[in-house]
Amino acid sequence: MSYLAALKPILDRSRANRAIVVCSGILIVVTCIALLGPLLSPHHYASTDFTHRYAPPLSGDWHLFGTDELGRDLFVRTLLGVQVTIFVAIIASVVSLGIGVTYGAIAGYIGGKVDAIMMRAVDALYALPFIFFVILLMVVFERNFLLIFVAIGAINWLDMARIVRGQTLSLKHREFVDAARLMGVSTRGIIFRHITPNLFGVVMVYLTLTIPQAILIESFLSFLGLGVQEPQTSLGALVNDGVSNMERAPWLLLIPALVLALILMCFNFLGDGLRDAVDPKKKT
Amino acid sequence: MSLLEVTRLNIRYTDTPQPVVSNVSLKVEAGQSLGIVGESGSGKTQTAMAIMGLLPANAETAGSIRFDGQEILGAPAAALNRYRASRIAMIFQDPMTALNPYVRIGDQLRRILLEHRMCNAAEAKRRTLAMLEKVGLPDAERQFRAYPHQLSGGMRQRVMIGAALIGQPDLLVADEPTTALDVTIQAQILGLLRELRTQSNTALLLITHDLSVVAGTCDDLVMMNEGRLVEEGTTQKVILTPQHERTARLIACSPRLDMTTRVTPLAAESKPIIEIDDIAVSFRERRKGRFGQLHAVRTMSLKLAAGETLSIVGESGSGKTSLARAVLGLVAAKSGTLRFQGEQIPGRVQARSNAILRQLQMVFQDPANSLNPAMRVAEIIEEPIAVHDPSLSKADREKAVNEMLQHVHLSIDLRDRYPHELSGGQAQRVAIARALVIKPTVLVCDEAVSALDSTTQNEILNLLQAEQKQAGLSLVFITHDLSVVRLISHRVLVLYLGRVCEVADSKDLFKRPRHPYTKALLEAVSMPQSGDEPQQAPLVGEVASILNPPPGCPFHPRCEHAVAKCSSEVPQLQSIDGTRVACHRASELDLSY
Repeated sequence: MSYLAALKPILDRSRANRAIVVCSGILIVVTCIALLGPLLSPHHYASTDFTHRYAPPLSGDWHLFGTDELGRDLFVRTLLGVQVTIFVAIIASVVSLGIGVTYGAIAGYIGGKVDAIMMRAVDALYALPFIFFVILLMVVFERNFLLIFVAIGAINWLDMARIVRGQTLSLKHREFVDAARLMGVSTRGIIFRHITPNLFGVVMVYLTLTIPQAILIESFLSFLGLGVQEPQTSLGALVNDGVSNMERAPWLLLIPALVLALILMCFNFLGDGLRDAVDPKKKT
Repeated sequence: MSLLEVTRLNIRYTDTPQPVVSNVSLKVEAGQSLGIVGESGSGKTQTAMAIMGLLPANAETAGSIRFDGQEILGAPAAALNRYRASRIAMIFQDPMTALNPYVRIGDQLRRILLEHRMCNAAEAKRRTLAMLEKVGLPDAERQFRAYPHQLSGGMRQRVMIGAALIGQPDLLVADEPTTALDVTIQAQILGLLRELRTQSNTALLLITHDLSVVAGTCDDLVMMNEGRLVEEGTTQKVILTPQHERTARLIACSPRLDMTTRVTPLAAESKPIIEIDDIAVSFRERRKGRFGQLHAVRTMSLKLAAGETLSIVGESGSGKTSLARAVLGLVAAKSGTLRFQGEQIPGRVQARSNAILRQLQMVFQDPANSLNPAMRVAEIIEEPIAVHDPSLSKADREKAVNEMLQHVHLSIDLRDRYPHELSGGQAQRVAIARALVIKPTVLVCDEAVSALDSTTQNEILNLLQAEQKQAGLSLVFITHDLSVVRLISHRVLVLYLGRVCEVADSKDLFKRPRHPYTKALLEAVSMPQSGDEPQQAPLVGEVASILNPPPGCPFHPRCEHAVAKCSSEVPQLQSIDGTRVACHRASELDLSY
């Protein structure tokens, strides 16, 4: 009856789906490299080496991806960027799933005044001009690594809450919910055992759409210079640096951009595959 | 040469090993009517789809289907379109989904004529209006501009028939044309089909699971079972002397009004278990921008005795479901009180204690809707135990689930299946098992067997009756099917537009109905089993809108016995020989058989 038990058939079906296996494989490998790579490389992400500025990829001294204008190793910096990206993905999914799904399901199932108040709060948050909000945060709290995650988290669950609420509204009039009420199942039990498991499909698909969205927002903010601070970096900030050195050292743009594209694509295909895998009506 | 000749038709799907139709051969002559009868999964609809060229892409076919000598099996769409509408037309089961909701009724029919270049625009409009009148749409000029949702189910099915016949086809394929309709409307539609067919000499291929539909409509019938033809012959011969044991069983299981009832009489001093006093249910309904009240159930009182089976009968909009849901607490009654075993209980399910909840359980009409699609069979049956007996260990609960599965004649292997992996009958048994596992004293069945074929229906009814005998269960049976009512109920409550028409002992009601509406319902189902044409003209008109019920007796616009008083004064319930009936003329009319 637990979520774990409900997950098992989904895992079984996932194993049979090539898109899921390949994409989750790539994501896991990329994550492992991002976590271990900086430890194995002789270079530190912040150490500069003015004798090796603009070194092209594979040009010796273990600069696998070459170096930037300050002679910093691009390989280590790209992996650092991937770490930030994966961290953003985790924040986005935790917030979306934890707050968004619960919030939406409660608002939708209880309905009435509770629903009205909860959803108006969502509307109010929606109405905040996001970039303006982030710039304001930056001004008030100064540039802070964590602020950007707070900002992404704050807007990330809104869409999910709306979608889940809409789905819940249609599910709660299904007869199996009436049957559960007649059995004396508590409101909590109905929301978490009867409503949310039936939302899995929609939630999974939407989640894999929001994760790339969150990653892009982070890249975009970093690209604008509002994101993580030097010497820390993210894929967005690296692409930004790459653009200004595009003619002299194209790899500074191409490598981080390709890695970003690879990660985004994997999430998108993963979403596609998961949508099929979570539907119990599909045969194994 | 026959009009339609199907020879050794085989259909299989690429993803399943079993063929869905194997070696089916049949012939329809010009002007003939043939019924294809079979239970769900017998391949009857697949055969019809093959004839219409509507099989999905992953179907593999073999054999031949010749229409007027031309091979049409596997013919390209362009070639088939020459036959569709002008030579072969189809009526689908559900007129709501078969009509395009965005297109006006008149345009849907007119387009058929124009698409096939049968006539010019002015002529098309004229013929469309004539056809709408022919299928019995009142005020055809106005309905011409109506959208499908503005019509009732019966009217929509009339439009479908009109759309099928407007191209004057030689063959009409009707797939369960009356299954989605109320009984009195069903009788009207079948009557219309019969009438139009004799007028225009169109051949009819009628696909149904319901023998009684074929009995009055078709000259010949074929029986299908598991993709094969098992029997063919004239309707009369097959029904009176079935050869195949499947056919014999289906006929034996078909509930008929002349069957003897199987109910065990109630003990004389049975105590009332549920007492309903002056319950009324209404909903706020928005109409033309203003809020109005929809009176689903007008004030009524009722008692249910322990161990009794009470059937609530009526067509859509009669309030039968609202009444049951109010008793169960799923909707709040606007007024009135409810007593359970003498104690007053709260009106809403949220306010009721678990001790009361476990006594009152329900089985819904469609198990596909009432079973959580994300839960396995074992989890579904286990949940009520977990709620009401939380002290039981995991092993004990599992044992209880297994026992319950056996009790409802389901294999234990089904434990780990999801609801969509079960057949309709199996899924409904799971729903019953879920309701019975906490040993309720009252079980409400809302059209619980209506969607099932008669063999399965019979098995489920047996199961419920056995449970009643063993555990003294009280049953409330909501249905529109009087033949089922007769088999199982002690008492019958007939509702019309939220008001009580008649409350009577089952044996009295079927011998001598006191209310003209009861009589009309009885006539709608007393389809002859012998294959003769039905004697009585079906009830005219449709159920009035519950939003705007007629003044006086709600039934008077359809009642052939109505007098002036009926349209001005609401009749009160009066007792006549133990039957309570709400009709001004109850004492003078003799409606007995």
